[in-house]
Amino acid sequence: MLEQELTLSARKEDKYSVITTEGYINNPGGEKIALACYQLMDQGCKHFILNFSQSKVINSIGISILIEIIEKVLELKGSLCFCGLTNTIAKTFRIMGLTQYTQIFSTEEEAIKALS
Amino acid sequence: MEDEVTLTIPMHHDMELEVTRIAASVAEAMRLDKDKIDEIKLALIEACLNAIEHSKSEEKKVHIKFKMIGDRLEIIIKDYGVGFDPSKIKEPKIEEKIKSPSKRGWGLKIMRSLMDSVVINSHKGGTKIVMTKRR
Repeated sequence: MLEQELTLSARKEDKYSVITTEGYINNPGGEKIALACYQLMDQGCKHFILNFSQSKVINSIGISILIEIIEKVLELKGSLCFCGLTNTIAKTFRIMGLTQYTQIFSTEEEAIKALS
Repeated sequence: MEDEVTLTIPMHHDMELEVTRIAASVAEAMRLDKDKIDEIKLALIEACLNAIEHSKSEEKKVHIKFKMIGDRLEIIIKDYGVGFDPSKIKEPKIEEKIKSPSKRGWGLKIMRSLMDSVVINSHKGGTKIVMTKRR
C-alpha cells in the first residue's frame, strides 16, 4: 500500500457530529467521508465538523466529493466546518471558494465553540 | 548549476503519491519551505491525475522530470496520450459546481493557483505540463 488508506471515526453529539479522518482524501477516501456524513444525516444530524488533522494529502477528486457533502448539508439547512487543515489544504479550499459555504477553524475545540 | 531527477510511473491510481515523495526530497534539497513543498505536492498530484484519468495513453505511463535551476524548481509532466485543448477547459466556479451533478474539473485551477507558473503544451500526440516554483 502506497499511502495509508483513509480511516475515520465519527462522534455524534447533541448539536453536531465530528468526523475525524486519517490518510489520503482521494476518491475512495472521499466516499468514506460522504458515507459517514450521510449515515449521520439519516440520524438527524445537520451540523458537521470534519477534522482533517491526520489527513495531510488530498486531491481534487476527494474535494469534489466534499462539495457533494456540502450540497447535501445546505439542502438540510445545516452547516459544515473543517479543522486541522494544513496551510496548503486551507489555501486550496479558499481558492476553490469552499469557504463561501463552510468555515475553517484551526482546532476542533474552536469549531465546537463556534457551533455550541 | 542544473541538476535533474527523472522518473516514470505506471498509470495506476495512487502512484501520484510516489511522485510527491520524490518531489519533497528534491524540494527539501533546494531548501524550499514546508508550505511551498506541500503546494508543489498537491499541484503535482493534480498534474499526474490529469494524465492518469484523461490522457488515454496506450503506453499507460507518466514521465516526470525535476530540474533544479538555481533557486527555481521546474517540474515537467509528460504523457503520450490523446491531448486536450486547455483553452476549452471552463474555469470552475463553486456557485455552479455546488448545484451541478458534476462537481469535478478543478485540477488545472489548483495547479495554476499553487505554482508560480504552469505552461501546458498539448496536442494529439500527448501533453506536456511545465510547472515552476521558486524558493
